[in-house]
Amino acid sequence: MVSYVIRRLLQSALILLGVSLVTFILLYLIPADPARQIAGRSATAQTVENIREQLGLNLPFYEQYVRYLLNLLQGDLGRSYLQKTEVSELIAARLPATLLLMAGAIFCELLIGLTMGLVAALKRNTPTDTTLMVLSFTGVSSPQFVIGILLLYVFAVQLGWFPIGGYGTFMHLVLPSLTLGLLGAGWYARMMRSAMLDVLRQDFIRTARAKGLKRVQVLFGHAVPNALLPIIAMIGIDIGLFMSGIVVVESVFGWPGIGQLAWQAIQRVDIPIIMGVTLVSACAIVLGNFLADMVAPLIDPRIKLR
Amino acid sequence: MNSTHDLEGRMTTDAKPDAVALPAAGQTSRQTGNQTRRQGALERLLRRKLAIIALVVITIIVGAALFAPLVAPFDPSEQFFEGLTLEGAPLPPGERFWLGTDLLGRDVLSRLIYGAQTSLIIGLVANGIAVAVGALVGILAGFFRGWVETVLMRFTDLMMAFPALLLAITLAALFRPSLWIVAMVIAMVNWVQMARVVYTETRSLSEREFIVAERAMGAGLGRVLFRHILPHLLSSIVVFGTLGISTTVLLEATLSYLGIGVQPPTPSWGNIIYENQTYFTSAPWLVFFPGVAIIALALAFNLLGDALREVLDPTQKGRH
Repeated sequence: MVSYVIRRLLQSALILLGVSLVTFILLYLIPADPARQIAGRSATAQTVENIREQLGLNLPFYEQYVRYLLNLLQGDLGRSYLQKTEVSELIAARLPATLLLMAGAIFCELLIGLTMGLVAALKRNTPTDTTLMVLSFTGVSSPQFVIGILLLYVFAVQLGWFPIGGYGTFMHLVLPSLTLGLLGAGWYARMMRSAMLDVLRQDFIRTARAKGLKRVQVLFGHAVPNALLPIIAMIGIDIGLFMSGIVVVESVFGWPGIGQLAWQAIQRVDIPIIMGVTLVSACAIVLGNFLADMVAPLIDPRIKLR
Repeated sequence: MNSTHDLEGRMTTDAKPDAVALPAAGQTSRQTGNQTRRQGALERLLRRKLAIIALVVITIIVGAALFAPLVAPFDPSEQFFEGLTLEGAPLPPGERFWLGTDLLGRDVLSRLIYGAQTSLIIGLVANGIAVAVGALVGILAGFFRGWVETVLMRFTDLMMAFPALLLAITLAALFRPSLWIVAMVIAMVNWVQMARVVYTETRSLSEREFIVAERAMGAGLGRVLFRHILPHLLSSIVVFGTLGISTTVLLEATLSYLGIGVQPPTPSWGNIIYENQTYFTSAPWLVFFPGVAIIALALAFNLLGDALREVLDPTQKGRH
């Protein structure tokens, strides 16, 4: 177990190193000249050259990369080209908003997805079941910007129940969380349905019924917890979905998180920020997968880590 | 990612990835045997209501795209003077312009019909490349093992650690976006899932007795790979290939919505929303209709893929 954890951690570190290299190469290839951009349109060639030297952009590729890595080891993600602020500070300032949004999304996807899956399993092969499963597929098939804009139109513009974008109160959180969570809700509904059907066929459920427990007691005392655990263990993997989703959802709702930070940086070719957000997201994804793998054997002892 | 269970599999499906393969029993791999099974599969597919609805939706959209010049009521880029109100606002759905007009007074229905071409071309090209690359990577890694496996699968792990959309956006920003570049970008992001599924299956397949026997009898590499392993992977490739089209369509729409996908004036369902989003409070149909089109196409391919999975896979219990 310990050796597995150590090996997994080393692997994760290597993966992150790979991510940093690939991203660095991609951003190096971008046909934009950051030095000229910083200097502004009226700058002389000499100024541009000075800036280039200052940032180390005149160095060969591998030297730039090694410099970046060495700084990274000291927790230094570099400085934003345009905002002249430390990237780590920018990300740290935006991260709480993103984490709040993700927490809201996890709540929404579990609440909606698990309920749908539970009802579908109990009403299996009825029109209710089919409807719920088509709905879950619709959640998976809907682009988040469409859901976001439509939710804004109906619940913020027409009904006025929620503010039109922005950040601050609980009411601001509802629509973005719902938008980010619907995709996962679709997956959870389908997983919950098949997990419930599997559990309901097990002998211990029949035993529980046979010893005289009420249907509700069997359901919520025995069946649901057993179906639920392996599903909950997978929340870690959702981080990958979320990291893709936040770019769109945050820009639709004007949510001041790292997704919007990344999107603005991409539009302005502010390379250190793009690099920083990509690395932070990759870390989160790797960590999520790692946690999911670690939790799995705790929940199902038949799973052994090698 | 070496635990004994495969968590990534659930990102595309709730079925166990290694349970998708056809069973080994009766696999003499005779052409005739396979053919009857496929015919049976088609019949079983057509018995499913949802699959039929999905096929109808796909046929309508494909038909509209193929015969766009005949079907579309107007030229998609013609800006009608009478397509705007006197104040210059777009027209709501009405008698002349069925689905209304956009900011520039163009017919929304015609733009949607031509936009279907874009979505389908990207869906097919990008997904085709992703399927081919993913299947190739998966087969090679699963069959050869050793350093080939290590290199390919570590790279796959690396790709999985990327936030897909962020990677696609960065890539799209790298190049001047055109239809084909967007397709390539999407393919580069989307092959990973297929690679993982095919890899898991090939790995278990290549240890099966009939493959070991075939190799022991001295069959060449090409024969083993293409005559014996590939046919077994076909149903998974078909299933995940179909599901993949919907992922591709959604990614194209998202990139175009952000303005870094297909560039106007070429209509795409995503960029129709991108062009008109500032007006969505006063002209919601400019978001609603393209949105419905995207969802319909993605949903149809998801339902079809799901039905195919149940039909092509006798090892699964199907709907309980």
